[in-house]
Amino acid sequence: MEIFQIVGLGVVATILAIVIKAHRPEIAIQISLLTGIIILVVILGKISAVVDLLNSYAQKVNIDLIYFSTLLKIIGIAYIAEFGAEVCRDAGEGAIASKVELAGKVIIILLAVPIITSLLDLIISILP
Amino acid sequence: MNIDLIFRIAAIGILVSVLNALLNKSGREEQAMMTTIAGLVVVLLMIVKEIAHLFDTVKTLFQL
Repeated sequence: MEIFQIVGLGVVATILAIVIKAHRPEIAIQISLLTGIIILVVILGKISAVVDLLNSYAQKVNIDLIYFSTLLKIIGIAYIAEFGAEVCRDAGEGAIASKVELAGKVIIILLAVPIITSLLDLIISILP
Repeated sequence: MNIDLIFRIAAIGILVSVLNALLNKSGREEQAMMTTIAGLVVVLLMIVKEIAHLFDTVKTLFQL
């Protein structure tokens, strides 16, 4: 099962990072960053199956593709923003982490604007 | 999945710190500083390749 490999990898990498943190903290951070990247690449492989499934259903129910692709974009941006913010916070840079998160939120809001406007138009058209 | 990359970077980190201590003891502080920076650059080059790989995966997956 994949989960055992991932947990084993995480624990070993954490121990290595602690060993090196005493002498070379900058390389310790890079070890934790690299472990995060490797685990994410494995997980993204699995997520792509789910995304393909959702895509096929979206076509079948002929939901407007714009909404679904925007939703995917928002998930991707949130994913990467959280990844960057956690790496920065892990290194002790809380201020940079919060700025990265703020940037992620702003970009997500910008992406959500067309959906919000179409929703409002719909509501207005429904009201008598 | 290149797990060995993690161990390679850990080995570099340990090597650099040992070398650093050695050079500091023998009185060559500037060489110690140079080896530290050299080790850091090598590790950074490896990490940047992996980050680029992750970002490409996310870009293709989420149609960003």
